[in-house]
Amino acid sequence: MPNFTINGITLDVPGGTTILQAAEAAGIEIPHYCYHPNLSIAGNCRMCLVEVEKFPKLQIACNTVVTEGMVVKTDSEKVRQAVTGVLELMLLHHPIDCPICDQAGECGLQIYYMKYGLHKSRHALEDKVHKRKVQDIGGQIVLDAERCILCSRCVRFLDEVTGTGELAFFQRGDHSEISIFPGKPLDNDYTGNLADICPVGALTSKDFRFRCRVWLLRGTRSICPGCANGCNVEAHFKEEILYRLKPRRNDEVNQMWMCDPGRLEYKKANEARLLTPILRENGTPKAVPWEAVLSSVAFRLWETVEKHGPESVAVLASPQFSNEELYLARKLAAEVLRTPHLGFSPRTPGDGFSDDFLIKADKNPNTRGAKLLGISEEKFLDIVQRAAGGKLSALLVFGNGIADLSDEETETLLSNVPYVVQIGTNEGGVSRVAHAVLPSASFAERGGTFTNHAGRVQRFWMGFPPRGKARSGLEIITALANRLGGGWKYAGEASVFREIAQSEASFAGMSYESIGGSGQVAGGKG
Amino acid sequence: MELVLTKHFGNEKYRRLDTYEELGGYEALRKAFSMPKEQIIEEVKKANLRGRGGAGFPAGVKWGFLPKDLSRPRILVINADEGEPGTFKDRLIMTKGPHLLLEGIVITSFALSIHSAYIYIRGEFVREAGILQEAIDEAYAKGYLGKNIQGTGFDLDVTVHRGAGAYICGEETSLINSLEGKRGWPRLKPPFPAAIGAFGLPTIVNNVETIADVPWIITNGGEKFASLGMGKDGGNRLVCVSGPVNRPGVFELPVGVTLREIIEVHAGGMRDGKALKAVIPGGSSTPVLRPDEIDVPYEIESMQKIGTMVGSGAIIVIPEGTCMVRALSVLMNFYAHESCGQCTPCREGTGWLAKLLRRIENGEGREGDLELILNVCDNMLGRTICPLADAAAMPAQSFLWKFREEFDRHLLDKKCPFGNRF
Repeated sequence: MPNFTINGITLDVPGGTTILQAAEAAGIEIPHYCYHPNLSIAGNCRMCLVEVEKFPKLQIACNTVVTEGMVVKTDSEKVRQAVTGVLELMLLHHPIDCPICDQAGECGLQIYYMKYGLHKSRHALEDKVHKRKVQDIGGQIVLDAERCILCSRCVRFLDEVTGTGELAFFQRGDHSEISIFPGKPLDNDYTGNLADICPVGALTSKDFRFRCRVWLLRGTRSICPGCANGCNVEAHFKEEILYRLKPRRNDEVNQMWMCDPGRLEYKKANEARLLTPILRENGTPKAVPWEAVLSSVAFRLWETVEKHGPESVAVLASPQFSNEELYLARKLAAEVLRTPHLGFSPRTPGDGFSDDFLIKADKNPNTRGAKLLGISEEKFLDIVQRAAGGKLSALLVFGNGIADLSDEETETLLSNVPYVVQIGTNEGGVSRVAHAVLPSASFAERGGTFTNHAGRVQRFWMGFPPRGKARSGLEIITALANRLGGGWKYAGEASVFREIAQSEASFAGMSYESIGGSGQVAGGKG
Repeated sequence: MELVLTKHFGNEKYRRLDTYEELGGYEALRKAFSMPKEQIIEEVKKANLRGRGGAGFPAGVKWGFLPKDLSRPRILVINADEGEPGTFKDRLIMTKGPHLLLEGIVITSFALSIHSAYIYIRGEFVREAGILQEAIDEAYAKGYLGKNIQGTGFDLDVTVHRGAGAYICGEETSLINSLEGKRGWPRLKPPFPAAIGAFGLPTIVNNVETIADVPWIITNGGEKFASLGMGKDGGNRLVCVSGPVNRPGVFELPVGVTLREIIEVHAGGMRDGKALKAVIPGGSSTPVLRPDEIDVPYEIESMQKIGTMVGSGAIIVIPEGTCMVRALSVLMNFYAHESCGQCTPCREGTGWLAKLLRRIENGEGREGDLELILNVCDNMLGRTICPLADAAAMPAQSFLWKFREEFDRHLLDKKCPFGNRF
């Protein structure tokens, strides 16, 4: 544990810590571009120069390991001059096209210019070196070589994280640029990360380009709903429209990365949404108020149980729903409807594709959670067979589809059930035939927890209230249960989770506080 | 005067193994094989043999940086990139006495328990590489290289690797990257090559001349070599003199001869009665000297004291009538072209300096340009992974400091007083 001093503050840091890391721990910001905690050290941007006592030259903080008794200054005039000088050189050939650059507002050049630069250009405009702009280099990425500061983060990412190595440096001196090899575009499932790690506007996202100025966006901590890995993300939105997902650091789950398909998951929350309750009368769907749909569904379910017994009703839960919602779905089935037919739909379309990094074959975010809550995957087939065989009088379906059936197959299957209720977010095979549609909130419109493939229970937060007339799954299930005499009193997802933590062995002792922002592994086997 | 390297360079056959042997070649190796390895290293330390590539680091000390543990193979790399403008001495060794280099390689490798050596030779040296390879083939055939060298049980393979023409690949870590087939970018240190070098293995990189000095040191002893030189800079040095002198070329001279003596006596003085205007003393990267500064021993510390360097031993003589702005502009174009592009200050600074100088030379300089040049130099010096930024900024500063009036004249007259234009 070397003891060292930085700007007069004395600290103990673990052996092997670099000055940059130690400074970060002490709350001292050292400007940098090429350093990235999940990539190797390149040491080439030269922004993190600091003064180290007994060293004649300034040292780079990213590659200098703290030693016992080291005295470091990051705030001296010498350091300030050096950083300002490097920044001026960095901006020499920069096109300063901030007004049309998507990075504007979250650009390392803008941020440090305001903090360290504020200089007038001493470089003749006609001396600027021009490079290739707007290059579609494949994947989700557009490259503007003129904006590039050649920090090499992207090159290292592709060498070290994906191992695909599509980008390299070409030319020398101030004509240096990064590029793909001719005819070899980006070819991996993680290209979106390049736009994230690019500290400037050189690599931008094709999907996000020109869609919104970043300062108009708000963000919420979330979990990617795209697969069982549960990558920690930040969901960025304006009003009630999502614009992008950005990975959020969690070294236990996804480090600082996420996959390309996951990055586009947000679109489902924007497009083809179910935004109003619907009752289908004589085959014609009709938008109705919540009161009407809830009363109608409650009555029909009660009537069915009364006439045909609880065995005639089944609940098909979905691992797209949160632990809290699944817990209440189970409770609804077991305690209110008293049906033994509760299962979950184990697969979703697109299943099966996986890799050895982040992408899991299971495209549901909460399969493990459903299992830990004792909802049976095996019963799924039984329920489907009952439905197909005309043995069900009513079916409550969570989600937008049934397993990996096509919309047509779903329609055919459900046409055998006299009464189908959907609690779901999007139009699809189920909504086409459901007699009642109860529109529920997307992942960004409600809070809760998912349990990922490894049993890590992770929270996601509400970014904005449910769109249109949609409601959170919790509210919907609770309202239905209470109309059927449930007498439930829950005040939001936290109160449901408290009950889960008390009654479910796997979640014993857990709380939203203990789960925090980075999750907690559930006990027991799922 | 005792010659260490060039004694037989006049003999065309000296590059052949049989002639080399007849003239006492490979005797030093036989002697080395009979010595404890530590003693060989000790002799080199005592010799005050300083690296001849430019940095002047003591060779014996460098060798001492190898990890003690022998579990990982070690690599010897000979830097034969010889890219520093004005330098053409390693080329002479490789063409006139390639076995001197090979004998030095075998002795060094034996002392350091190395079994693989690479000679990284400048790509343009096509003929030189051919001569070197012939010598290597001869050495293999006669058991000076390969398995069980001279029956001692010591194995050593030597491979010639040709560069692809980048100046930066003369810097030892870029050279290693290039040798590995990677882009010739300098590596961040630490780790130093002695710990993690070529192919991830402990590596020593030495200049051709440095290693070619080793056989003489083994034959005659380190102290004798040290006594040829001056202070902590031992031996003779190959000095390359270029420019309008009567006898341009390579001279083997004891360390410590003055710069004036080199130019006026050994190189035969200025040609056609031209007056001396300036001297770049150790390759284009070293700060320039005025004619009144050349009464200085051509030795590492003496040159340091007057703010310049012996560097690679390349003396570029600049005559009266040369435009110093143009001269510097040519140099800056070189560095801008050769900057690898890795570190910001060098990548952008070298190009900026080149443009500013070109502008001044063309009579388009602006007020404040000279201060700007000096300020850009400040922002480059000591701020990069390798010394290329320094190599550009040091001469730029020194040209401005020492020939300021000529730069001012360009700005005032809005043209080159020598009538030059790009």
